Amino acid sequence: MDFALSKKHEMFRTLFQEFAAQEIAPVAAELDESGEFPWLAVRKMASLGFLGLPFPKDLGGAGADTLAYILAVEEFSRACAATGVVLSAHVSLGAHPIYQFGTKEQQARFLGPLAKGEKLGAFALTEPNAGTDAASQQTTAVLSGGEYVLNGTKIFITNGEVADTYIVFAMTDRSKGLKGISAFVVEKGTPGFTFGPQENKLGIRASSTTELIFEDCRIPTGNMLGKEGDGFKIAMQTLDGGRIGIAAQALGIAQAALDESVRYAKERQQFSKPIGTFQAIQWMIADMGTDIEAARLLVYRAAWLKDMRRPFSKEAAMAKLYASETAMKHTVKAIQVHGGYGYMKDYKVERLMRDAKITEIYEGTSEVQRMVISASLLK
Amino acid sequence: MKIVVCIKQVPNTTEVKFDQKTGTLIREGLPTIINPEDKNALEEALAIAGAVGGQVTVLTMGPAQADYALRETLAMGAHEAILLSDRAFAGADTWATSYALAKAVEKLGEFSLIFCGRQAIDGDTAQVGPELAEHLDIPHITYVRRIVALDEKTVVVERALEDGYEIVESTLPALLTTLKELNVPRYPSAGGVITAFDEKKVMVWTAEIVGADPAKIGLKGSPTQVKRTFTPPVKGTGKMLTGTHKEMVQQLIQELRTKHVL
Repeated sequence: MDFALSKKHEMFRTLFQEFAAQEIAPVAAELDESGEFPWLAVRKMASLGFLGLPFPKDLGGAGADTLAYILAVEEFSRACAATGVVLSAHVSLGAHPIYQFGTKEQQARFLGPLAKGEKLGAFALTEPNAGTDAASQQTTAVLSGGEYVLNGTKIFITNGEVADTYIVFAMTDRSKGLKGISAFVVEKGTPGFTFGPQENKLGIRASSTTELIFEDCRIPTGNMLGKEGDGFKIAMQTLDGGRIGIAAQALGIAQAALDESVRYAKERQQFSKPIGTFQAIQWMIADMGTDIEAARLLVYRAAWLKDMRRPFSKEAAMAKLYASETAMKHTVKAIQVHGGYGYMKDYKVERLMRDAKITEIYEGTSEVQRMVISASLLK
Repeated sequence: MKIVVCIKQVPNTTEVKFDQKTGTLIREGLPTIINPEDKNALEEALAIAGAVGGQVTVLTMGPAQADYALRETLAMGAHEAILLSDRAFAGADTWATSYALAKAVEKLGEFSLIFCGRQAIDGDTAQVGPELAEHLDIPHITYVRRIVALDEKTVVVERALEDGYEIVESTLPALLTTLKELNVPRYPSAGGVITAFDEKKVMVWTAEIVGADPAKIGLKGSPTQVKRTFTPPVKGTGKMLTGTHKEMVQQLIQELRTKHVL
């Protein structure tokens, strides 16, 4: 058993840390405030092949693996969680289903530009009345004149509007229930496909979140992923992988909370001593460090299982559950370590706390993760 | 154009800790990096090769761990990497090091340019580059901050001086030592990291392979003898002037006069 990263993955981590320090961290607070999308960093990520990390070189990717990609999401999120989720949603949710379920022709047409970073990807499952109950899809796709005609609305779509390529789920046969859902690749600019306004969010404010509106939007049959009725399976398997990405995002946020707390505990003097010399602070930092290490092991193991092509659904859910709850709990503690200063926007920890909350919600709430885990344990 | 770049793997001095009692570096567990100005050397070589076509070979002398630094240069886009590694090289000073590097460059065959970083952050000698040029009997220009012109036969550069710069022209082949002002080193690409580890090899050359004279390498070939190392005394703190601008200027002039600067 070897817990050390390989030299190759060490180099990836160093590269992502340097990139985050120079390209992401300096603008993170400003973009959080303005809600502006981190285009500059994303374009640089694209040019360095980061948007295609886990995909094979012959499909336009970098030829790395899930672990390398996870290290990128972790390190980028440590600097800016919004930038981290842009990458995670693009790779895990936008590009990966095409890699996993697409035909050779679809991979060449849609995955190539995504993996090369020429285009951004997104995933559209959630609807106003289909959140955790994802099977209650109301968007419909009706075959007419050799094309599918999409009608309906998707909400809270990460990378909405900024993405070029969307994986959209719709009911093709309501009578079949779960097996009546199908998945489509829909490109921005298709007539009948428009966007709602940007959501004004608590955290990850620099990421783009919009509604997608489909009004008689005609999609060629060649854009269907898998077969008719495969949609729910595609969505669930895609989310299994996506959860490792969100777990890595949460891990990065939690690590940032620890980084900030350690630095502040050494600097801040009260009663003529650094506050890190007080047991009250020491215990908070010890708990943070311990939970973060536990989360990291869960996240890396889930990534490793996926790379080994072994079942990873339960482990991804455990990683996401534990990492997101660690992020939430300890970003709150990080503010406590900072006292009044931590409540102010001048310090990073208040942003970390706002950013952490979403990791307990999207790509399956903590409650959904517990359902997935317990279903696996009790089966 | 064939270009050789010499690099050194050095301790990351931003994370260095000193043993307060002995005043020596605690090397254990210290992360290593490519010497920063060597990255500028590599960047310039890669940019030239990218613009006019060419082959960039990176060369370093060091222990087996230096493989990692060479992989990083491959990830940045270097075409091949050579690690000069042999117990016989151990204990080399700058003269023995530059001799060994020269033997390796000779083995590589014809080349147009050699780039070296100005100096390494651990030794700070700035000697290996110029010495390598002397061993090879080619011209060298130190402190290059900009390349003004380059063709197959000549190179024209701006060479930084303490209070300005000079423009120097040299025939090729030549050796240039680079400053950080020269460029901004690129990031390795993700695909480059994969290439560096999964597709390329770092060649390991021993003293025998490069045909080095055993008397001229390692400790035996090193004329430098270190008598003592010490930490220089900490400079006194600065003096802050206060008052209006006029008062502060007057105080400053007075101070400079007392010190006979004016």
